[in-house]
Amino acid sequence: MPLINMPKLSDTMTEGTIARWKKKKGDVIESGDVLAEIETDKATMEMEAFDDGILTEIFVPEGESAAVGTRIALILGEGESAETTEISQASPSSPTLPAATAAQKQKTPAPPPAAGERVKASPLAKKLAAERGVSLSGISGTGPGGRIVARDVHASATGPAAAPSPAAPLPVPKPGAGDQRLPVSNMRKVIAERLLASKTQIPHFYLSIEVDAAALSRVRKELNVANESAGLPKLTVNDFILLAVSRAVESHPAVNASWAGDAIIQYAGVHIAVAVSVEDGLLTPVLRDAQNLNLREISARVKDLAARARDKKLKPEEFQGGTITVSNLGAFGVGQFYAILNPPQAVILAIGAIVKKPVVNAAGEVVVGERMSIGLSGDHRVVDGAVAAQFLAALRRLLENPALLLF
Amino acid sequence: MALIEYREALNQALSEEIERDPNVVLIGEEVAQYNGAYKVTRGLWKKYGDRRVVDTPISEAAFVGMGIGASMMGLRPVIELMFWSFATVAYDQIVNNAGQIRFMSGGLINCPIVIRGPANGGTNVGATHSHTPENWMAAIPGLKVVSPSNGYDAKGLLKTAIRDNDPVMFMENTLLYGEKCEVPQEEYLIPLGKADFKRRGKDVSLIAHGRSVLIARKAAELLAAEHDIDAEVLDLRSIRPLDEEAILETVSKTHRVVLVDESKPFCGVSAQISTLIMEKAFDELDAPVRRVCSLDAPAIYSPGVEHLQLPTPDRVIQKVREIC
Repeated sequence: MPLINMPKLSDTMTEGTIARWKKKKGDVIESGDVLAEIETDKATMEMEAFDDGILTEIFVPEGESAAVGTRIALILGEGESAETTEISQASPSSPTLPAATAAQKQKTPAPPPAAGERVKASPLAKKLAAERGVSLSGISGTGPGGRIVARDVHASATGPAAAPSPAAPLPVPKPGAGDQRLPVSNMRKVIAERLLASKTQIPHFYLSIEVDAAALSRVRKELNVANESAGLPKLTVNDFILLAVSRAVESHPAVNASWAGDAIIQYAGVHIAVAVSVEDGLLTPVLRDAQNLNLREISARVKDLAARARDKKLKPEEFQGGTITVSNLGAFGVGQFYAILNPPQAVILAIGAIVKKPVVNAAGEVVVGERMSIGLSGDHRVVDGAVAAQFLAALRRLLENPALLLF
Repeated sequence: MALIEYREALNQALSEEIERDPNVVLIGEEVAQYNGAYKVTRGLWKKYGDRRVVDTPISEAAFVGMGIGASMMGLRPVIELMFWSFATVAYDQIVNNAGQIRFMSGGLINCPIVIRGPANGGTNVGATHSHTPENWMAAIPGLKVVSPSNGYDAKGLLKTAIRDNDPVMFMENTLLYGEKCEVPQEEYLIPLGKADFKRRGKDVSLIAHGRSVLIARKAAELLAAEHDIDAEVLDLRSIRPLDEEAILETVSKTHRVVLVDESKPFCGVSAQISTLIMEKAFDELDAPVRRVCSLDAPAIYSPGVEHLQLPTPDRVIQKVREIC
């Protein structure tokens, strides 16, 4: 005949709010039934029943809060009465010292702190993390109050998804006279942490393919002449690339995916993250559901996203949730490069400039051609070389035959 | 080796030093004919006579001052305080004369005196008889403070203290006088400022001195048996000089520290050690330093609750489990 007390659902929870009762007074309850949704300081969680019986009493109505350990409901089993329960209630339900200690012993890990939140870590944990080049921000703390302690750093360094710890710490630079020490912005810190984690924890592989861009250049020129006379904005090479990527990904969904430990997540929509260089870093605004957009829509949206990225006016949902990234350094004259994966995505494309160079045509003659190089970095856990190569081949076919993009 | 009481180990040290050095003399209330209030000097007056073992009137300021003067003139007096709590009466003598004379004389005058006696609570003798003044004394540059936890250490440390050329405050414990341990009959010395690992462990360091070492060892046994926590116990033995090296060694090994200290927490010995760890081993800490001290109030007289004021194994275990 259990009294149901407000459960402690997070290590820092002191009281909970009944967001919703999923059962009402008089309902027959079976062990495992969800009784209520409880809102804690961290999240809203379901509370299950551990006993069978009748929900006889609800002490805390919806929307109201109760301290951890205080009674919120009563479930009576067969043949039990409220009186017998009242007697048992005499024993204090507030946590006693041994109970509190026992709860601590379970060492429920606190979730890793969100970006910008202060990371609570012991001095030793900080030292170890620095030595190993591990970021504390991704580690769950099991110490008192969710503090990250040394064992958590050890665990993160030896965990299955983690990279082997570097053998020796990297040398710390010593600025000399005239050198500047530039404080690291939050953006730079996030870039540093995420890309270090990506490069050290994800098994990258690299492919590159050369595209005959003559047809693409011609079509772009023609369209831009038309656009100009119609007073429309110019199309960039990148607009075509994003269009081609969205279509190639649609036919090769294996590259539009993420590693999830015990599964691979294959995404339904093609959400292309576009690397945009901004002051002191870069952002990757997301072109959502690019598979449904035409060239004009892509061009307009990317222009808008890039402008607002530079003004730091993007909303979080506009730079989150990308499924594949395109980085284009062609405008800077870079011929060919490879990018570091943008986790959790499995593929990032690195687009080079269109350059004129001597090529051998179908007739075996050396002629002046327009070529563009595309580098692909892949997460080998998700995508194999052959799969990525097929995707690149499809992408090249679309770019070399822009008419195919009309479909 | 013979299994003897702590008080007997002290007695051996005194006897050996009286025989070894004609300048050694015992002074205090009832140390001679009555054999000492706690029988530490039993038989010594009978054996060595009035010139080596001297009874005094009840005036700590007078006989401590006399001892300090005698030590400046070349004797090596060992002064017994019936309780260290009474040192307050002689505080000016101890702090300003014994503690400062070597510095004030430009190193010309030494003060090789030992002041010894029990310094503990827990025996239902009230607040004015239950002080633990390690910190009052150790706070004074010029004074040395020793607090042995067992007979073996007590004998070796007392002999060293008597031979030391500076004033040494030697703090015993009435609850330890009857504790037995193996003590060699022959001579040995234990240097001041050398801590001793009473138990090796890897999970947490319990740092203690005096009778608190026994509490820490008991807690360590229970932690191993009931909680699978392997505690290391470091016995400081001497508060000043302090064995910083040993403290930093154990902190760097276990990364977690609980200080067990019968002195009061406010400006206590444990506060000093905690600061030391923070200053010199911060990056080794995997948890905040915890302390188990006497509760911060005058010693409770009522026997029913007095023992709860002092560190207990249960309180140590609780603090350890908070950080392990």
